[in-house]
Amino acid sequence: MAASPQLQLAGPADDVWSVSQVTAAVKRLIERGALPVWVRGEIVQCKAYSSGHWYFTLRDRRSQVRCCMFRKEAARAGRIPAEGTEVFALGTPSLWEDKGEFRLTITTLIPTSAVGQAQRELERVKAALQRDGLLDPARKRRLPEYPGCIAVVTSVDGAALRDIAIVTRRRWPLARLLVVGARVQGDGAAADLARALTIVNRCDGVDLCIVGRGGGAREDLAAFNDERVCRALAAVRVPTISAVGHETDISLSDLVADHRAPTPSAAAETAVPDRRDVLRVVNELATRLGSGLALRTSLAGERLERTADRLSVAMGDTLRTHRHRADCLASELNALSPLRVLDRGYAVPTRAGRVLKRQADFTAGESFDLRVSDGTVRALPEAEP
Amino acid sequence: MTGRGADSPREGTLAAELARLEEIVRRLESDDGDLDEALVLFEEGVRRLRGARDRLAEAELKVESVLEQADGTLGSNDLAL
Repeated sequence: MAASPQLQLAGPADDVWSVSQVTAAVKRLIERGALPVWVRGEIVQCKAYSSGHWYFTLRDRRSQVRCCMFRKEAARAGRIPAEGTEVFALGTPSLWEDKGEFRLTITTLIPTSAVGQAQRELERVKAALQRDGLLDPARKRRLPEYPGCIAVVTSVDGAALRDIAIVTRRRWPLARLLVVGARVQGDGAAADLARALTIVNRCDGVDLCIVGRGGGAREDLAAFNDERVCRALAAVRVPTISAVGHETDISLSDLVADHRAPTPSAAAETAVPDRRDVLRVVNELATRLGSGLALRTSLAGERLERTADRLSVAMGDTLRTHRHRADCLASELNALSPLRVLDRGYAVPTRAGRVLKRQADFTAGESFDLRVSDGTVRALPEAEP
Repeated sequence: MTGRGADSPREGTLAAELARLEEIVRRLESDDGDLDEALVLFEEGVRRLRGARDRLAEAELKVESVLEQADGTLGSNDLAL
């Protein structure tokens, strides 16, 4: 039985996706530009696997979300929280393709009860920055491709500066590093860092700014969570890279900067290209320049040949026209020739090349020539008429 | 987001040099324009290629420390690292 038109319309279209394609596409959608976020919720269904990974659910009164915490971070967090514990969790949205499950990959987990004054301050600053749009992924700027001048805001005698200089010298010695020194820990560090960041805006020709320090205790990184530092960083006129502490530490400066690097060395790696790669780009451009010119000369050659062909065709036409015209003129000339009159039976008398036109021109006994159609006849008048 | 690629680079920088080279090559590779123009572009391209290669070959990292003077202006010192 033929299917009704309605049933055909309700059928699948040509481009049917596989389940894996859909999950992969959604994964890309979720994870593109995803930044870590702090989530407050109650832990339920918590399970620690022998692999060391933790799996749990965070929920509030309306919703819940699956979370996982990998071995390294779980070990750092210590004991697994009891069921029902309220926590702050720092996680990045992701999609687990195997199960088509949206989840947060958690790196830090802190019970809310354990959060002291510092943590509440951090929360306040973060909320304030968020409110002002300073954590908005849309305001992240692209890094310059070939930075010439890089401002580095850090301690002048710290390991961070040394690491940045080593990497930059190895990869991109074309750069100039402008170091704006600042204390990075202890009293006055936040004010110092904020001031140094404003100085960056007063330096000419800066393409990029790296701010950071090497690893340290959590309290040592506190200046990079300071509201003044975060706002000064957001106000830097060139793209910024933040590199604070170790890979696992995330400061508010990291969230405000255009790019976060796990370490100062990594910041330098991100900041500059490798000279050898750029040399390759230059060599490719050289090759393309040569073949580009070759293309243009061969095109010009072809055009010239085509022009020559057209010219010779045009010349041929002109010659033919002229030849035809010459032929016409010749036949007209022929028609006008006195010799044609001789064909009709007339003759022309001449003597010594002169045409004899009158009676007086003739004398008895004096011969003359008669030009007829096919030659000349000698003639002699007999007597005076 | 945080990929590479700048807006219009400052005149005289390597970035500007490479951007101009890219533009020259692209114009040569397109088939319009006359041969005279192509030759002028080619010559400019060769000059800029040589400049870019020299820069890449001769570079030596400079590190300077920026200091705010008592009068509020900025000065800088070379820093050995």
